[in-house]
Amino acid sequence: MKKGTLRQILLITDGCSNQGEDPVAMAALAREHGMTVNVIGVLDENERTDSGLKEIENIALSGGGIHQLVYARQLSHTVQMVTRKAMTQTIQGFIHKELQSILGAEKEIEDLPPDKRGQVVEVVDELGETMDLEVLIMIDTSASMQHKLPTVEDALLDLSISLHSRIGQNEYALYAFPGKRKQVEQLMDWTPQMKDIHTIFPKLSSGGITPTGPALKEAIEAYQKKRSKRGLLEDGGYFEESGS
Amino acid sequence: MAATSKNQAANVPRGTRIRGKWNKQSYQVIKKLGNGALGTVYLADSNRGNVAIKVGIDSMSITSEVNVLKQLSMVQGTVLGPFFYEVDDWEMNGRCYPFYVMEYINGEPLFSFIERRGKEWLGILMLQLLRDLGALHREGWVFGDLKPDNLLVEGSPPTIRWLDVGGTTGMGRSVKEFTEFFDRGYWGLGTRVAEPSYDLFSAAMVMINAAYPQRFERPKKDSELFLLNKIEKSPLLNAYKPILKKALKGSYQNASEMRQELFSLLQGVKSVASNRSPTSSKSRVKSRQKRQKPKKQKRSGWIETVLLFAFILFFYTLYLVGHVF
Repeated sequence: MKKGTLRQILLITDGCSNQGEDPVAMAALAREHGMTVNVIGVLDENERTDSGLKEIENIALSGGGIHQLVYARQLSHTVQMVTRKAMTQTIQGFIHKELQSILGAEKEIEDLPPDKRGQVVEVVDELGETMDLEVLIMIDTSASMQHKLPTVEDALLDLSISLHSRIGQNEYALYAFPGKRKQVEQLMDWTPQMKDIHTIFPKLSSGGITPTGPALKEAIEAYQKKRSKRGLLEDGGYFEESGS
Repeated sequence: MAATSKNQAANVPRGTRIRGKWNKQSYQVIKKLGNGALGTVYLADSNRGNVAIKVGIDSMSITSEVNVLKQLSMVQGTVLGPFFYEVDDWEMNGRCYPFYVMEYINGEPLFSFIERRGKEWLGILMLQLLRDLGALHREGWVFGDLKPDNLLVEGSPPTIRWLDVGGTTGMGRSVKEFTEFFDRGYWGLGTRVAEPSYDLFSAAMVMINAAYPQRFERPKKDSELFLLNKIEKSPLLNAYKPILKKALKGSYQNASEMRQELFSLLQGVKSVASNRSPTSSKSRVKSRQKRQKPKKQKRSGWIETVLLFAFILFFYTLYLVGHVF
């Protein structure tokens, strides 16, 4: 049985976007394409949490994902937790729909007696463990993020330890915004291994603009490209229709 | 995330009556016992006597814990985790809070017990823990989030009990919940695949934590060497060095292997302790000698070099002198 693939965009940033399309709209578009957008806001130790907070929350909300604000030193634990939670949430979403089609439109998992919920949770656990996962990671490399980048690198390695401990397959791609010449730059194409990350990170250069919206747009396109490529490989020359 | 809505379930006042929607059992809150990642635990009075109730917000995660507790309650012979009574929903102010009821473990935190009763309890309680972990592993589960906060010492004779089963994961899957200091992935010393060696690593870290209550952060690299250093620097841990080392390396296939070695180690320590003063001072001298040995060798090596150099210099001078005359 083919279980399908979970598609996530993980945005790691520390503040407001200031260029290009509205990131909240782009997140909504991503959701339409069946992707989940999760956002992690990285704060400095003595930073107040209000600036940029609303946007971070709104991007995740319209992207159907999870958002979390953390101090840099807690980043590792948070990145893997958010990714995991978002997977569970997406799977619960599927299951929820299935349940509704069986039990009727207004029924929720909470309407089942607690003893019956156990089986539903087992199914969610099972899928979370075995489904394939694709994570497109977008890193804000604007000037204020510069000194947090080593921590981001640690967090991504930590994420790969967690994901590789699952039974299902994983693939990652890594993008930075702003890029050197473009708004967004691909650092790493789709790969099942995150281990070469050390060689990529030192090359990052930070600029003043934060084009979060365009970055998300690019992420969606990257997913589309990946899909059509896969369609080509798997179905022998048949192009899957892309919705863009 | 849902920080505001969390508050109600996290601050249920004393005397509140929690009544289950499905099973109609009711519980009167006595006090708050603690906050977990997924809910708050209260001590409550019921027709079963004192029980612990965990009230959460997310019914899926509460259900997930209930699944584990039910499985553990079915294990015969050993008591693994708190005994599970029932699961239900509590409706309050138009919101539904899932909760489950379990045995109340009236124990003392692991480290405060060891502090009060003596360091020798660390090894003994670890023997108990390893036995229970072995039983858990044989049932196909891995504890996952093993840390002192989840361990209590109860009753007389003192018995170690574990509390929070939120991290308990089926063998071969990825560990659901963990705490960095006790997680081998954090230290770069292994995966997060749920297998016996994952728990044994955490058990070793619990022992290390006993010697370093403040804990410490990982170094940039060579964390294995770093941890071994920490072990060697602590007189408490040095006695357990061989098993700690193997547990950190992941060399143990199962808990009983580690338990066996700890057991024979403790027997050795005990015989030393029985005629305490002479042996312990002797062994201290011995260990000091051992440590000094390489230093001596180094120094003698250095002397050799100097001698050789002086010798060559002497002949060279002779040679020069020979030339002049």
